[in-house]
Amino acid sequence: MIQIEHLSKTFGAITAVEDVSLSVAEGQICILLGPSGCGKTTTLKMINRLIAPTSGTIRIAGRDTAELDSVTLKRSIGYVIQQVGLFPNMTVEDNICVVPNLLGWDKTKSRKRAAELLEVVALDPAMFLQRYPCELSGGQQQRVGVARALAADPPVMLMDEPFGAIDPINREVIQDEFMRIQRQVGKTVLFVSHDIDEAMKMADCVALFHDGRIEQFGTPDDLLAQPASEFVASFMGGDRVMKRLRLMRSVDVASQVPPRQGGSSPAQLVVKPGDDLRQVLSQLLGCGQDWALCNDSDGRFVGYVHQADILARLADHTMPRVH
Amino acid sequence: METLRFILDNHGLISLLLGQHLFIVALAVGLAILTGVPIGIAISQHAGLRRWVLALAAVLMTIPSAALFGLMIPVLSLVGYGIGVVPAVIALFLYSQLPIIRNTSTAISNIDPALREAAIGMGMSPWQRLRKVELPLAVPLIMAGVRMATVINIGIAAIAAYIGAGGLGSLIIRGITQTDTRQLLAGALVISVIAIAADYALYALQRLLTPRGLNTSTLIARRLEEATT
Ligand SMILES: Nc1ncnc2c1ncn2[C@@H]1O[C@H](COP(=O)(O)OP(=O)(O)O)[C@@H](O)[C@H]1O
Ligand SMILES: [Mg+2]
Repeated sequence: MIQIEHLSKTFGAITAVEDVSLSVAEGQICILLGPSGCGKTTTLKMINRLIAPTSGTIRIAGRDTAELDSVTLKRSIGYVIQQVGLFPNMTVEDNICVVPNLLGWDKTKSRKRAAELLEVVALDPAMFLQRYPCELSGGQQQRVGVARALAADPPVMLMDEPFGAIDPINREVIQDEFMRIQRQVGKTVLFVSHDIDEAMKMADCVALFHDGRIEQFGTPDDLLAQPASEFVASFMGGDRVMKRLRLMRSVDVASQVPPRQGGSSPAQLVVKPGDDLRQVLSQLLGCGQDWALCNDSDGRFVGYVHQADILARLADHTMPRVH
Repeated sequence: METLRFILDNHGLISLLLGQHLFIVALAVGLAILTGVPIGIAISQHAGLRRWVLALAAVLMTIPSAALFGLMIPVLSLVGYGIGVVPAVIALFLYSQLPIIRNTSTAISNIDPALREAAIGMGMSPWQRLRKVELPLAVPLIMAGVRMATVINIGIAAIAAYIGAGGLGSLIIRGITQTDTRQLLAGALVISVIAIAADYALYALQRLLTPRGLNTSTLIARRLEEATT
């Protein structure tokens, strides 16, 4: 869907982005991850031509973006900037309708779309359509920012640290919210972040940047399990192993093999299929058990989760993804 | 008391002079908006140019009004307009430039760069950006410049009576030459009152033109109203 080849950008003597190549399949979330100043924003802005590349090509759905009209290209890509950037002189409705209006949509159609999108981002249209940005909380503004970027139903979304300014608790909430929306809309998303947990949680693939270059490109698990360099290993952190466990759920390791009789006490630990393995392992260690029962929400038996199986998974490099 | 009586007794004359006075000021400020706002927008993105233009406008502002009127007489005499309304309007027009240009360019260049980036990133053309985002956000500051220009000019226009432009300055001049304090005070009083009134009226207009989203206090009032009905 998006193919970037040998993309570079220099500002005078500064090389902001150097020989970046990556590709993102349709419907996937690719996160550009890395410390501040490593060229993530510059890369993102070259995709909608807010910045003209020095060299390299960008193809969206097979078409070289350099051959498209820059304004048409921008209108066809959803863009969420870090500072949200809602227009304070416009109501929530008018903010969401900006791109539909630029595209010359019929008024009733774009109004209807605005109301729909507020529902999608879990804000009550009756209450919020006519509000102004100064009447919204930070989290509500972020949601409207996402709704605005989705307005004309663009296949591609660019998001520059969209949740960076939100406190950690609300950030988790809005990340979950966004994942729910993404399951519904299936956009191809390029997402800038400097937050490794956010990247591990949301990404289908991660491009880890360092000094304008991609240090490693792969799934979150690739980066955690097989860091390509010293830099990747240290950026992913000393608790890489535990982070990998967060990517797996108990249903992924649940087996029908019963525990050995005469093992630990029968005071059983019960976990849900969707619980991540870091949480399960932590609970097992906490109560000194070496296995847990995995039951679904109706209490039906799914399988046994053995501590040994969890540990065995960490030696294995090809694990399924959690979503 | 005597001044008030004079005003009442001569209200016909005074309304006529007041009309002339306001006409000169309104024409000058109106023309200054038509030039000052575009100039302010044009220079807002060029720091160097902006410095030069504002310096020039500030120099204009420091020329004493009597000197400016005096200067214009020989120049405009060449085209037959040495005295009267024309040089008065031109002088007031020049004095209006600084507040209007400065406020406009400050308002536009102070707009949050994030908003500009969002607007460009969503595919607005420069003209759409100006009309839908930048100008609405700049309204309060531009209007503050217009108010300042108007109030200053209502005062300066009194001096224009010396070059035959009419207006309430005529009363003051006559008061001085005839040593008639009533006329002098009446002129000064009416000028002060219309300066204050114009400021209030333009403030009301400013509130009317300011986008609702920028005006937190009226929004809160509106919400309270909604909540109670
Ligand atoms: N317009 C610009 N002019 C000069 N240097 C720039 C410009 N934009 C970005 N840079 C430089 O390019 C590098 C990468 O910046 P950026 O892409 O914003 O990093 P990130 O988003 O990863 O924090 C930085 O060193 C930054 O200072
Ligand atoms: Mg950045």
